[in-house]
Amino acid sequence: MPGTDRDQALSELKFRDPVRARALVEALGRRTAELGRAPVSVMHVCGSHEQAIAKFGLRSTFPRGLNVIMGPGCPVCITDTPEVDEGVVLARQGVHIATYGDMVRVPGTSLSLADAQAEGAKIHVIYSAGQAVELARSTSDQVVFFATGFETTAVATAAVVLGGLPPNLSILSAHKYIPPVMEIVAEMPETKVEGFLAAGHAATITGSAVFEPFVARHGLPVVIAGFEPLDILAGLVKLVELIRDRTPQVVNMFPRCVTREGNLRAQEQLWKVFRSTGGRWRGIAHVPNGNLRLRDEFASIDARRRFTIDLASLWDCAPPALAQSCICGNIMAGLSSPTDCKLFGQECTPEKPVGACMVSSEGACKIWHQYGGHPDLGGDA
Amino acid sequence: MIRRGFVDDKIGLKYGAGGRAMRALIERVCLAGIGPAPVDGIGLAAMDDGAALRIGDRWLVITTDSHVVHPIVFPGGDIGRLAVSGTVNDLAVMGATEPLALTCAIIMEEGFARTDLERIYASIHEACHEAGATIVTGDTKVMGRGEIDGLVLNTAGVALCDRVVPDSGLKPGDLLILTGTVGDHGMAIMAARHKLALEGDLRSDVAPINGLVRAALEAGGLDVVAMKDPTRGGVSSALHEMAEKSGVGIIVEEMKVPVRNQVRAACDLLGIDPLVVANEGKALIGVRASAAEDVLAAIRRHPLGSDAAIVGRCIEQHVGAVILDTGLGRRMLAEPEGELLPRIC
Repeated sequence: MPGTDRDQALSELKFRDPVRARALVEALGRRTAELGRAPVSVMHVCGSHEQAIAKFGLRSTFPRGLNVIMGPGCPVCITDTPEVDEGVVLARQGVHIATYGDMVRVPGTSLSLADAQAEGAKIHVIYSAGQAVELARSTSDQVVFFATGFETTAVATAAVVLGGLPPNLSILSAHKYIPPVMEIVAEMPETKVEGFLAAGHAATITGSAVFEPFVARHGLPVVIAGFEPLDILAGLVKLVELIRDRTPQVVNMFPRCVTREGNLRAQEQLWKVFRSTGGRWRGIAHVPNGNLRLRDEFASIDARRRFTIDLASLWDCAPPALAQSCICGNIMAGLSSPTDCKLFGQECTPEKPVGACMVSSEGACKIWHQYGGHPDLGGDA
Repeated sequence: MIRRGFVDDKIGLKYGAGGRAMRALIERVCLAGIGPAPVDGIGLAAMDDGAALRIGDRWLVITTDSHVVHPIVFPGGDIGRLAVSGTVNDLAVMGATEPLALTCAIIMEEGFARTDLERIYASIHEACHEAGATIVTGDTKVMGRGEIDGLVLNTAGVALCDRVVPDSGLKPGDLLILTGTVGDHGMAIMAARHKLALEGDLRSDVAPINGLVRAALEAGGLDVVAMKDPTRGGVSSALHEMAEKSGVGIIVEEMKVPVRNQVRAACDLLGIDPLVVANEGKALIGVRASAAEDVLAAIRRHPLGSDAAIVGRCIEQHVGAVILDTGLGRRMLAEPEGELLPRIC
């Protein structure tokens, strides 16, 4: 029967083995107890980590004394309102906008790209940077690739730029760079975070060494973990161990993909096309070196230079009344949980999102809404 | 998780998707001013798979369905087979496994091909033959081009039975049997509708399962305490309704839920949980624990029940909630709210 096939398939998947998972859960409980104080808070900075934690029900297995916070790791959620507004302004000028799926529904100051589409703007959902190139080749109109995401997607954007773009295609870069935002969280006066679980995907590009200066500066451990349930559990066990032993260091728990130096060719392409610059992240305020913008030698394909985008009026716009109650910023900074928000599941749902965290499939609020954030689901045994 | 009873000013597609939004619409709009339920019977307010009216010492079970599937022919079936199976199965999970008669009303768009119509009627008659049912009356309408999308079918069915099995009879300790694999129908439709070039053979499970349900009732008798047809909204929606109406919590063992490999692969690719995908040839059957193995064996002996499994149990805690035990941990099983959309990012 199919169920049996699946049991067999799952037991062969060593990264989802329930027996090993239970052993790791027990180890996590022991390590946390050995700290002798509670609660201890750690932060992951990747939407895919939260997806896996939620989908496999791992949060229910975390010991009570361990608080695993979802940080600013969802690229859609941290794309700032004015960046969405830039896309909306361009779309209203009649330019084709190509972007990744979830971006279409993220609220700008007054409109999302989906709202602009309802007005007649030409918005295209794409699944890869290459599709933006294909779209531009299929039309004589101007096409703008509204490029969002962290280093992993930025590398893909850099690759198509270096491959040469059709003359009617330009890039509106809203790409972000993860390491600087960890500094921001570590320096927040009210922060409780004692260690970070770093994203395996991004570290595949940057390498583990990129976190070494951070560890040296802040004395906080960083563990790089993959995205299977056992990857995450093993990563957390190691992280709590490092906190217990007061030995801040970078530990690579995802060696099957991540090396110390990372993917040098990808890094070379990334920094050839982009420079890091300070900028706002939604809800986190200004992040020095957190934004990736096109270098001057690529001015001709920079949508911000090819088109006139006047947003001055939008920067000071009052957000809608509901949005003023949204606590997405605090959630991404690790200061609040989705259920602390009075809009959660009421005025703000995946169907009618108020905040960006409810839009993205990697957003904390949407994930908690879909899977429940309740760790206490026992009581029946 | 959404405001109970909240209904938008404009009725969007989500209100027909079988989830919480549809239940809110029925509660707020369709039930408003409906008057008292029939004396000694199950009416609309129970929001079960059908209604039941006492006739002497027996029950007359009645149900109706409209069918608007697109495309009208899909891998594994067509709208005709779907209409008959849907109605027969709604009767069956109320405990009425011997349909007396069905009605069939058809509304077509001007220009609909006669050969397609003949094929659909051939399917209707074939499915009726499988179920032991007969179409006894009907209605035919044609609307102008563009006024309706191709073809809409409405079927109603009546049947007599000695005992009605509601969807609200679960108690703590009861077990839940799923009569086969989940997600086959919904994923076959999605692949056909969006022309997804997915690997593997995705075929709808659409079939009348009154014979299978009869076998379960014969084996379990009074120990079969609740049944539901997990169509739109999938197993998740059906379990939420059963948990809420019965006043129990339900724990589902994800590892025990039968899912065909090709359905799982398609769901993984699109970021969709197979437990929220529609089925058209399955039942969820709640049984007292002492009878579970006998009922399961009887179901497995039926050709449509070979993949059946005990997938969950009822608990006193977490009333109205459905908890998924993934084998690695636990989480709430979300009730679908609207149309299924692939995860796009």
